[in-house]
Amino acid sequence: MNFETTIGLEVHVELKTKSKMFSPSPVAYGAESNINTNVIDFGFPGTLPTVNKEGYRLGVMVALALNAQIENHTHFDRKNYFYPDNPKAYQLTQSEKPLGHDGYIEIEVDGKKKKIGIAELHVEEDAGKNTHGNNGYSYVDLNRQGTPLIEIVSKADMHSPEEAYQYLEKLRQIVQFTGASDVKMEEGSMRVDTNISITPVGSDTYGTKVELKNLNSFNYVKLGLAYEEKRQAAVLKNGGKIEQETRRFDEKTGETALMRVKSGADDYRYFPEPDLPDFEIKPEWIEEIKSELPEPADKRRARYINELGIPEYDAGVLTDTKEMSDFFDEAVNFGANPKLISNWLMGEVNAFLNEKKVGLLDTKLTPEHLSTMIKLISDGTISSKIAKKVFKETISNGTEPEGWVKEKGLVQESDPAVLKPMIMEILDNNQQSIDDFKNGKDRAVGFLVGQIMKQTHGQANPKVVNKILMAELNSR
Amino acid sequence: MNYLNETIDSLHKKLADKEITSKELTDQTLNDMKAKEKDISAFITVNDDAVKDAEKVDQAGIKGPLSGIPIAIKDNIVSNGIKTTAASKILYNFMPVYSATVLEKLEAAGAINIGKTNMDEFAMGSSTETSFFGDTHNPWDFDKVPGGSSGGSAAAVASGEVVAALGTDTGGSIRQPAAFNGIFGIKPTYGRVSRWGVIAFASSLDQVGVMSKRVEDSATVLSTISGHDEHDSTSSEKEVPDYRANLNKDMTGVRIAVPKEFWHEGTNPEIIKQVNVAIDKYKEMGATVDEVSLPALKHAVEVYYVLASSEASSNLQRYDGVRYGFRAKDVKNIKDLFVNSRSEGFGDEIKRRIMLGTFALSAGAYDAYFKKAAQVRTLFIEEMGKVLEDHDLIMGPSTTTTAFKIGDKIDDPLAMYMNDILTIPANLAGLPAASVPAGLADGMPVGLQIIAKPFNEQAIFNAAYALQEENKFYEQIPTALKGED
Repeated sequence: MNFETTIGLEVHVELKTKSKMFSPSPVAYGAESNINTNVIDFGFPGTLPTVNKEGYRLGVMVALALNAQIENHTHFDRKNYFYPDNPKAYQLTQSEKPLGHDGYIEIEVDGKKKKIGIAELHVEEDAGKNTHGNNGYSYVDLNRQGTPLIEIVSKADMHSPEEAYQYLEKLRQIVQFTGASDVKMEEGSMRVDTNISITPVGSDTYGTKVELKNLNSFNYVKLGLAYEEKRQAAVLKNGGKIEQETRRFDEKTGETALMRVKSGADDYRYFPEPDLPDFEIKPEWIEEIKSELPEPADKRRARYINELGIPEYDAGVLTDTKEMSDFFDEAVNFGANPKLISNWLMGEVNAFLNEKKVGLLDTKLTPEHLSTMIKLISDGTISSKIAKKVFKETISNGTEPEGWVKEKGLVQESDPAVLKPMIMEILDNNQQSIDDFKNGKDRAVGFLVGQIMKQTHGQANPKVVNKILMAELNSR
Repeated sequence: MNYLNETIDSLHKKLADKEITSKELTDQTLNDMKAKEKDISAFITVNDDAVKDAEKVDQAGIKGPLSGIPIAIKDNIVSNGIKTTAASKILYNFMPVYSATVLEKLEAAGAINIGKTNMDEFAMGSSTETSFFGDTHNPWDFDKVPGGSSGGSAAAVASGEVVAALGTDTGGSIRQPAAFNGIFGIKPTYGRVSRWGVIAFASSLDQVGVMSKRVEDSATVLSTISGHDEHDSTSSEKEVPDYRANLNKDMTGVRIAVPKEFWHEGTNPEIIKQVNVAIDKYKEMGATVDEVSLPALKHAVEVYYVLASSEASSNLQRYDGVRYGFRAKDVKNIKDLFVNSRSEGFGDEIKRRIMLGTFALSAGAYDAYFKKAAQVRTLFIEEMGKVLEDHDLIMGPSTTTTAFKIGDKIDDPLAMYMNDILTIPANLAGLPAASVPAGLADGMPVGLQIIAKPFNEQAIFNAAYALQEENKFYEQIPTALKGED
């Protein structure tokens, strides 16, 4: 018996706002427990929410980037449930009229393009965090309480773990390029829940849905779904029945394990939040947000290839993250050769980031400095060898390259009038090398260049040196 | 100080003329309260810092009309550093860390928060009997209820313990006790006053209002506490008039509508008589009176109890014993903590409404109950809006009965709910509404209800003032108090 797999994904993405979705508390990752809170976050009696317009704007931005339709007249709803990290015992979300609906993402699997539908997107508030101590106490930290989230619910359009993986990669990239979120799985600013079912090929009904949780990387999503495909197929082949349940992925074993069996749908008693009036999303505002949308990765990649002559692979690496792509674009604007900038970013810069384990924006390197440095190489002011020194100084200390090169006397010597007498003198003192050269020993040239470099402290322009030296050797 | 014969204006004059300091006034108020509270029990908490607060006002100098004057606050309005309980065991020890916007505004005007008044638990009730802190007694008859849920505020004003008090009104909780105690009470338009810091019962209906013996005093206080608040997205940005300065008792040409549905079959005939006397007075003063019909009104109680209970069931979920308030002892896990704290912390009436609301919002019942009720509410708004297109005011009785005996209805929730039948419509439609004393029925006060167009509180103040100046009901001393003086 062969089976067909159906997968749907629910992705939560934290929106990058200064303050929370419904309270003025700051949003910050990694602060001391309950520091970023106020009376609203604690659900104190008498408190009321207010809407963070910037949070909603970012939500609209994400929805537009995902080709969704924006709901023009909407409101927030209360989702009621008891949990210690949920201080009001209801979460503000959008259930009746979500922010956006009917979007899509285009993915490519095995060279084939495919559209994955997005059923809806809605803005909501995050919950706090519970931790359980060894002393028998549990602790509630409400710093995260109220952080703006956008939930992106896909249609059940994916039919393999690989498609799910590609969908997530593409989703992450698209959202990241809007600048609305960091979309970091490791920091929890992107979270993935999956639904998977299988049904015999040709069947016109879906199989029973299993929810899969605790997927902390895209790779685990792929592995977990692949495991589920096999597990469910084995159950069905043995005449068993798939239960409607929630399972968790175990990173160590690569297997999934039962968390809880679902006995019917949870009843969250959704109803319109009476503390916040309905609101209008005006078409002009949507147009304004649309006009502010940063250029998406796909377009940038095409531009790099077609207009800047960057190889396809390199263009892909440059558009992997928005920060890299923005950096590249800015450096290009400062006038250096795009291909050389690309080489430096993918080579020396990446090596530095990997070695120091930091992000591009954590270093002191600016697009302007990188561009200046590359221009100094191109016009022969510094040698590639000296450039490495300049690069290290600039990325470590933020030093302006041109001034530093002059100050430290690192400018390359390219003047034949200066270099020629030196070369003559060295040749006069190394008759043996001239003889070796005449006898076809090319190594002699290397030795002679080395001598010149030694005398000029490495600042002689190798190209000019070579030219003069060869002419002189051949004439002797 | 006995406030029975005082007004905000008369007190302000004494303070401004330095006949008395705010400290002296506050001291005397506390002494008078001490004597009267034995019979009335209007307060849950007396503000220990009231005298200190008054000294500060004295030092800063007497300024506006409320400067230096003690005012009572219903105990569902949170006050920084002063215990706020909503008359519930679940908040029996709750100490707020911030103050409601209305209190910030009163403080800025120099008013003294003298204490927190008794009420029905979480404002759910019509008699103040559901309070965890015991009953409040009606100054006209100590064996009778003061009404509710703002029963403590009403009794404190009627007995002359204070000149004015803040109440809240979700389905009549200011107007019904005002009627029962023979005082004026106004619930402004939904959105006129900020709800920031008001412990929510039903968010789409709750509104803070004022109670006082004299109409002009409520006008002064309402102007002070009204206005847009960035903390409350449902508060209106409409400008706040000076209701006191604009008072005008000329009723010539005022168009009054009297809905026939307000003459409820169960209404005490003596109340009908007194209300008709009042309406006739308006005719004499030059107003026109038309009988109208509001057919949707017959569903008011059902619609109200579905919507208010639904919102309440969600609003009251936060009282779970985790962060503040009462926490059950000896629990073994989080579920026990939730269940036991709430089971032990809430009274019967609260539980009844939470269950009702939870049911009305549940997946199988939502469409038939919550959604349907919300639709009928829209009908109300349209019907009342239509009547107010051709009329300035809607009038009728505030209540179907006068104050009843303590204990009479507490075990009959349905009879208690029917108490609200005449006051609920204004809440459902978000309209401003007040109760003004119209006379006595069998020795107990009767209230005339006045409803106006949205944000036309001035029309209510004017009409109520006109009647007050005719019947001078404020001159009457509550019967039970007479024996005391």
